[in-house]
Amino acid sequence: MNTFDDYDPNPPETDELEAHLQTKRMVVNLGPSHPAMHGTVRMRVELEGETIISADPEIGFLHRGFQKSCENVTWTQCLPYTDRLNYVSAIMNNFGFLKAVEKLLGIEIPERAKWIRVLASELHRMQDHLTCVGAIGLELGGFAPFLYGIQGRELIMDRVSELCGARLTTAYGRIGGLNRDLPEGWKEKCLKSLDKIRELCVEIDGLLTKNRIFVDRMRGTGVISAEDAIDFGFTGPCLRACGVNFDLRKAKPYWVYDQIDFDVPVGENGDNYDRYLMRIEELKQSDRIIRQCLEKMPEGPVMVDDWRVAFPPKSEVYGTIEGVIAQFKLVMEGVQVPAGELYDATEASNGELGWYIVSDGGGRPYKVHVRAPGFPILSGVPRIIEGKMLADLIPTFDTINMIGGEVEQ
Amino acid sequence: MAYYKASKDPTKDLRERLYVPELLRGLGITARHFFRNLFGTRDTNLEVVDRKGLSLVSTVQYPEEKPIYPEGYRGLHRLVPREDGKPRCVACYMCATICPAQCIYIEAGEYDSAAPEAESRVIEKYPTKFVIDELRCVVCGLCVEACPKDAIRMDTGTHAKSAYVRAGFALDIYDETGKPELLRGPAVSHPSDPWNRRDGSEAPAHPIKEAHTRLGEGDVRYTREGHGHGHGQTPALPASGHKVEIDTSKQIPVTKFIKQ
Repeated sequence: MNTFDDYDPNPPETDELEAHLQTKRMVVNLGPSHPAMHGTVRMRVELEGETIISADPEIGFLHRGFQKSCENVTWTQCLPYTDRLNYVSAIMNNFGFLKAVEKLLGIEIPERAKWIRVLASELHRMQDHLTCVGAIGLELGGFAPFLYGIQGRELIMDRVSELCGARLTTAYGRIGGLNRDLPEGWKEKCLKSLDKIRELCVEIDGLLTKNRIFVDRMRGTGVISAEDAIDFGFTGPCLRACGVNFDLRKAKPYWVYDQIDFDVPVGENGDNYDRYLMRIEELKQSDRIIRQCLEKMPEGPVMVDDWRVAFPPKSEVYGTIEGVIAQFKLVMEGVQVPAGELYDATEASNGELGWYIVSDGGGRPYKVHVRAPGFPILSGVPRIIEGKMLADLIPTFDTINMIGGEVEQ
Repeated sequence: MAYYKASKDPTKDLRERLYVPELLRGLGITARHFFRNLFGTRDTNLEVVDRKGLSLVSTVQYPEEKPIYPEGYRGLHRLVPREDGKPRCVACYMCATICPAQCIYIEAGEYDSAAPEAESRVIEKYPTKFVIDELRCVVCGLCVEACPKDAIRMDTGTHAKSAYVRAGFALDIYDETGKPELLRGPAVSHPSDPWNRRDGSEAPAHPIKEAHTRLGEGDVRYTREGHGHGHGQTPALPASGHKVEIDTSKQIPVTKFIKQ
């Protein structure tokens, strides 16, 4: 019964109009075939209104059993598999794997091979960053930067296909060096391409970096503190965006990185905008490195002179019985890697690409484990995004630049 | 300066706060592309990096313009023929062994030793079946590297043709009609090929190391009178018919084998 006794002369503070509408939580599936989910990742996002209550990345749609496959083939045959890990910068995977195997073998590769490895790695770092930056632009509504990014990437792909015979699945390098030297006239073409890419980078930079809409969506979103980033195991541009100055090329120089003059950009806020800036800056630094490589590269062989590791030169194989025997032994038995285990890492475009390899002394790996840089970074996404807006998820997922191939192996 | 601060805050910039200058700048970049592409003539140079035209379009209009594959580009396989049209392959299974995708299937046949064909006396094995499943192939090029006879190459510059059934991608040496399928392209011959070493055949242009390691006597040079057809230049030699020259004056260049 409605009486005046129920009347409260001092109603509670919360204004009914201001209060959140109490609705049921909604579950949204982003992916696995969503254009903003690079590769095939499914993100199960629980929403309250537009606020993300929980985000659960679900991986495995691209799982191919990389590690198990490697155990059934020789060390040489693992190489084409590594292309498929990070398919945007395949050469870095090739070389990272080869470097680990060479370390276990205890061999030093020729000087020229080291320079070419640095050169090719940096080319693919540029390719990865151009793709990432272009995709960020695209997914935040700017189509032009994507076109310029892909144009630059296409130029790199052309140079890479001249270098190793394929655009995407490079399978470049062999245990003990490289299978091919730089082709004739490649240096000039590469310099020309770099000039063109530099122009394109300036345009991308001009369109995005100070664009207010872009900045407003990137700055202060997707923030992760340096402590959290280290705890999760972030590496690469995502870690450096938090202000941690860690780069394997500087911290533990491999190949000839210690002979090259280059800098590493470091951010401070750990937000999407800084992660984007890291990539833009690294593009410039990679350009510097490649130019120095082309200039300083010495002449000489690109493959070790040891027939237990490298195929003999073709003239020996066609003409001499020793050459044929060495060739047969390498093909049938594989490179005999001494028993042991080691962890070795290179700085790939998204962070520390680590290889934990175990050999039982035969021609086949006993175990190959990949520390994909994208995996710990992806695992940090729920922490970054929970409690934030749904619209922040897309730039966050873009800037962490997770690659399905390496995360899901 | 190994590490440097690259963080920026454009929101504090007055120019940025005015919105308009940056807006115009961005518009300027896209407008420049728009007008240059609209009015500029398109350079159709297939080497995109060398394009000079005013237009900034860098696409290649595919069916009309086909990009040139660089040298050494890995395309569809071919079995390299000998000069007599038969495959160079000796069915050693090296390519099938090294293939990470296990896409090569070989069945070996043996030449009859009493056959009238001269080849049968120098090569014992040949492939009766050499099937590559192009759907399984990962185009890594390891088979080409592993081949000790230069019998398989990927220099065709083409890709596997489309087919309606999966069997259409399994290419054999000859197809059902007996037409060469994998076996195509220009013939290749090396001085070290056994058929080139037969009596009365092409003379190798360089000393055969296999021979000197076997003989152990000196730098051996097989010579033959007359002209060859395309195995590099024949060194100038005294014309005296078929003979074996052994030069013992120099030290024997020993074939280097595995270092210890």
